[in-house]
Amino acid sequence: MYDPTVARLTYRALLGRRRAAILFVLPALLIVIAVAVRMFAGADDQVASDVLGGFAIATMVPLIGVIAGTGAIGPEIDDGSIVYLLAKPVSRPTIIFTKLIVAIAVTMVFSAVPTLLAGLTLNGNGQQIAVAYTIAALVASIAYSALFLLLGTVSRHAVVLGLVYALVWEALFGSLVPGARTLSVQQWSLALAEKTGGNGAITSDVGLPLATVLLAVVTVAATWYAGQKLRTLKLAGEE
Amino acid sequence: MSTETGAAAGSETSRIHNIGYRAYDGPRLGRAYARRSLYSQTLRGSFGLGRSAKSKVLPMLLFGVMCLVAAIIVAVAIAAPGTTKLPIKYTSFAIYLQAVIGLFIAAQAPQAVSRDLRFKTVPLYFSRPIEHGDYVLAKFAAMASAVFVLTGAPVVILYIGALLGKFDFGDQTKWFAQGMVSVLLLSVLFAGLGLVMAALTPRRGFGVAAVIALLTITYGAVTTVQGIAWSTGSEGAVPYLGLFSPITLIDGVQTAFLGATSAFPGGNGPGAGIGVVYLLVVLALIAGSYAVLMRRYRRVGL
Repeated sequence: MYDPTVARLTYRALLGRRRAAILFVLPALLIVIAVAVRMFAGADDQVASDVLGGFAIATMVPLIGVIAGTGAIGPEIDDGSIVYLLAKPVSRPTIIFTKLIVAIAVTMVFSAVPTLLAGLTLNGNGQQIAVAYTIAALVASIAYSALFLLLGTVSRHAVVLGLVYALVWEALFGSLVPGARTLSVQQWSLALAEKTGGNGAITSDVGLPLATVLLAVVTVAATWYAGQKLRTLKLAGEE
Repeated sequence: MSTETGAAAGSETSRIHNIGYRAYDGPRLGRAYARRSLYSQTLRGSFGLGRSAKSKVLPMLLFGVMCLVAAIIVAVAIAAPGTTKLPIKYTSFAIYLQAVIGLFIAAQAPQAVSRDLRFKTVPLYFSRPIEHGDYVLAKFAAMASAVFVLTGAPVVILYIGALLGKFDFGDQTKWFAQGMVSVLLLSVLFAGLGLVMAALTPRRGFGVAAVIALLTITYGAVTTVQGIAWSTGSEGAVPYLGLFSPITLIDGVQTAFLGATSAFPGGNGPGAGIGVVYLLVVLALIAGSYAVLMRRYRRVGL
């Protein structure tokens, strides 16, 4: 199910020169903010929770998820070089699975590690806040990668669609319509963080059992469907 | 026809070289025309006009959302009895709907420049009588116009609604003019930043992510830090922090000079003093992005 060559190629595509720059800039910004806030405001659990919840989980993780998830397959489909990969005797679900693993690994490294570092900087893991948000980032990485990898196979506007989901659905509708929060990867992963963190430090709108089930279902279903899509992939020229 | 002209060419020996191609002797429309065409093509293209139905969906949807929200606000204001002004200011509209504007730029700025770079059509443009400056100027102006249409239309709708609702004409016109100036500034700034990010990345998908990162991530970072500065009692830092993201820059400028209410925590926008700094930063960013684009296209394809 895991093909090392496909993985190596995907790593190289994702971490190539310029692409890696944006992946490094975002975590660096988070760390800088964490250091600045710690110097201005001192260690404070609520502030730490605000920064990690408002910036790391709400904006940074989805964005890195979009870049890694769609970047793992989108450009190849876009420029047509995917045919060389598809022509090899490797099953399509294996390709998707391998790319998913790579996307998850990249998203985790670039979102969870800085989240942990920022959390430790902000309040030295008081009330388990740093660890809780790191767990949320790890879990969200898996779901986002699967979701955006699927988008990459479905549409050539995958990045835009992914951003629409992350910005408009999760951020805008999520803050206006309470029901939209039930269908949001961010809230599902926060449900796990809620259990880890100290009492009342982190809140989620979704219960833990429901969140776990939804996360698993979305990840598995998206991966399976992406494999199916790749089996019947049509290559179209640029419109 | 080619045989005729070929035969007319004269001596037997030269016939093989003259296969009857004729020189173009029609009117030459020149540099200004090419620049104008590039401008109108890019402007139309950014709303999907003259392109496939699929590529019309997103820009038209975003445009529709902007206008619809404005129309709803107007309808509510007119339907509610006893209102004497709109529930939001003209200047606040773009700030509220910044996610939509951001998505529009992110989707359309790479559309305008990335594809030319990726398919290496830029040298073809420069084989026409346009210079690098013309290309940059046309693309910049087209992108700014596109964003201005997107952000200006809802403000116009609000204004028309306000006049239909018989709100005070003098006040409304003044606020409307202030709103249009702020929207114009926003359009030029965002178009410049978006085009710079897009021009640096030939991959369309990647350009989209880079633009949105520049607009949204900085905003998320700035508001988070501002909120913390506000709640921990260092209110003085709030206006200065706003200098670090495009949308808070616009917010600051219009709060200082255009009678807007700031969206900063506690409405703690910059006064006229810091407002000058805001305005200078905005103008520097616009000039800077233009310079970066000029520099970028000085090398391409040469």
